[in-house]
Amino acid sequence: MANPVNSAAIENNGAPSPESNKKKRKMRGIKRTAFSVPYLALSVIFVVIPLFIMLYYAFTDLDGNFSFANFGHFFSRPNIMKVMGRSFLVALITTVLCFLLAYPLALALSSSTLNRNAILVMLFILPMWINSLLRTYAMKIVLNILEVTNPWVAVTTGMVYDFFPFMLMPLYSILSGMDKNVLEASQDLGASPIRTLFTVKLPLSLPGIVSGVLMVFMPTVSTFAISDILGNTDTYLFGNVIDQWFRNSGGWHIGSAYSFILLVLIAVTVLIANKVTKGRSEVGGVL
Amino acid sequence: MANATVSKFDNIIEIKNVTKVFDGITVVDDVNLAVRRGEFVTLLGPSGCGKTTLLRMIAGFEIPTKGSIYLEKQDVTTIPPHLRPINTVFQKYALFPHLNVFKNIAFGLKLKKIDTGEVDKKGRPIFRKFTKDEIREKVERVLKLVNLEAYGYRDITGLSGGQQQRVAIARAIVCEPKVLLLDEPLGALDLKMRKEMQLELAAMHKNIGITFIYVTHDQEEALTMSDKVVVLTDGAVQQYGTPKKIYDEPANAFVADFIGESNILSGVMHADFRVEFCGAEFECLDKGFNKDEQVDLVIRPEDIKISRKKGTLCGKVVSTVFKGTYYEMEVLAENYQFTVQNTEEFTPDETVYLSVEPNGIHIMKKLKVVNEFIGTVTSEDTVEFCGGEFEFNNTLGLEKGDTVRVKIPFGKIELTDDEDDGVIGANVTQAFYKGSYYQVQVYTDDDNEFFIDTADEWDMNDRVGIKIKPEDIEVIKVETDEDGNVISDAQDASVAPETENEEVE
Repeated sequence: MANPVNSAAIENNGAPSPESNKKKRKMRGIKRTAFSVPYLALSVIFVVIPLFIMLYYAFTDLDGNFSFANFGHFFSRPNIMKVMGRSFLVALITTVLCFLLAYPLALALSSSTLNRNAILVMLFILPMWINSLLRTYAMKIVLNILEVTNPWVAVTTGMVYDFFPFMLMPLYSILSGMDKNVLEASQDLGASPIRTLFTVKLPLSLPGIVSGVLMVFMPTVSTFAISDILGNTDTYLFGNVIDQWFRNSGGWHIGSAYSFILLVLIAVTVLIANKVTKGRSEVGGVL
Repeated sequence: MANATVSKFDNIIEIKNVTKVFDGITVVDDVNLAVRRGEFVTLLGPSGCGKTTLLRMIAGFEIPTKGSIYLEKQDVTTIPPHLRPINTVFQKYALFPHLNVFKNIAFGLKLKKIDTGEVDKKGRPIFRKFTKDEIREKVERVLKLVNLEAYGYRDITGLSGGQQQRVAIARAIVCEPKVLLLDEPLGALDLKMRKEMQLELAAMHKNIGITFIYVTHDQEEALTMSDKVVVLTDGAVQQYGTPKKIYDEPANAFVADFIGESNILSGVMHADFRVEFCGAEFECLDKGFNKDEQVDLVIRPEDIKISRKKGTLCGKVVSTVFKGTYYEMEVLAENYQFTVQNTEEFTPDETVYLSVEPNGIHIMKKLKVVNEFIGTVTSEDTVEFCGGEFEFNNTLGLEKGDTVRVKIPFGKIELTDDEDDGVIGANVTQAFYKGSYYQVQVYTDDDNEFFIDTADEWDMNDRVGIKIKPEDIEVIKVETDEDGNVISDAQDASVAPETENEEVE
């Protein structure tokens, strides 16, 4: 006797649930994809449209006609190309210096005994809370006190100081999240701590290294404020060139073309970087 | 004869008085252990018993706070892991994700230095590395051993849990370690896979002849695979012996309870081979106890005979569960609920008779019969502990301010209904019927734990007072360091820990 009652109850319970689900869905009246609309709108307004405006300026002359003249302007001026090469070199040196300074520090910080409660990490990240221009002016004073006269040294020092946290963060997060068991396994199999560093830690931290390198390299290659404040006319970088063109009203076309060239070069760098980490990153792709 | 066996099966690992303290908490407490060459030894215990820490000290990842570890008679206590001829299979495999299966296994081989047998001009032995061909051959051989021949160039991430586990084992044994440590290696696998791997591991152990030290909390795994089992709790060895011995003759109530289902009772030894529990006297196989000594005893559910007609104890069936090949019944007799297994079914409320053969009764020394606390002498005849001031007989001439160890036998504590009648108040958290009396566990307001043996029944959460007669409080002075931590007892002999590391066969 109990059985039919039970099964009826189950049917009663079971039947309305899909219906009510449908109702709920209908009542909401929106699909899940709808939630992405605001972000889509934002990226169209702030990324896609500006990009097209840039492209428009880059490929037109002053009268608004289609033209390659702006690019011709760049490729016919070896001086400017030299400035660009110099920008890449400074960015490269900055990135390498940042890495060489940040990796050992990240290693030390990621060992739990030294960095309880991550207070030390905070100390190194704290400068990011201060306006970068302010930091750069402060650096100028420090360099004056230290009597650093070489403008290249000054600019590079400023860049390393400004972008150091961007290298440290990804390195620290990948090293502190690393599976301790894997490192122990390496030692267990006969690798000394130094050998473990080079054969296990370093390869496994590659995604962090690549993301740190890009985070430092991309802004440094296009910066102009630091070279403006800390350097002199010799340390004119590609960012300064673009800055100059945009400062006068007729220069937007050439400035856009220059920006586009820089964008392409950076895109190539990122693609190469992604290729390097391909299949190795457990932590997800880089950019 | 003992000497002959020692030389044949010499001890490959010896652990002597090893203690490990983390942040003031003793995780491994004065452990002594010897592992013979070629044995399969399992460290068994509940989680947090210190078994993994002990293993990590053998591997070299932790350095003992006290004591030493010997490998083939050489002190390796402080030698770093990469210099020990010991390899580990980690709980979560710990494979190198950036290397394929082949390279994972070859990792250790590439680093290995082999003695060429020759010496250089200064008489130092010359070492060489394995050649590429040697490495390839060894890796392929071990891949075959773990049934992964075709997997050499696969990515680690594409393998199933069982396959990853095999790679982890292959990676460790390819280095031909003197000792292979396995830290719950099968914990992450499903039941079926675990059973298969258990058999495979046992077979592998037989084939390659390496000493295995295996850590697990699974008692069945420990009993099926090992030559010897070490049962650990609270960082101390409870028993060390063959699986059969541990199952049949548990050293104490903890071991009995941890290894399989069991009825644990309290009894009194009236004479050799005579034990009383549940109001009846039974014949047993144990002797050498004091007359009328309180003992714990274990009876396995399958060792209890149940009948409708005759038996030593009369009881009533409380419940019956069919377990596939037998019935498991709860039988209430003389206020103790026995778990009984039998192929015949008895229905609830049926009156039954229980009896036990002498070889079914396993008698053990009481694990603990004394409450121990650290306290301070507050005056000529009072001592403070657990937040209360108790009177005691100061026979040792202790002075005010002395730090002391206080001991009170379970049976010498009086519980009072009214909290104000006692010196300190406490809450009853547990009460067990031990066959002839109740063992009550109470927590004081400052979280100290008391055990009390009493004839009265107390209910959970009863509020009680604790009263102790001055002559029943034993007080011993202890040495302390600057922070007030106890270093040692002034009179060492009185607190010698009871360890049962010696194997008696």
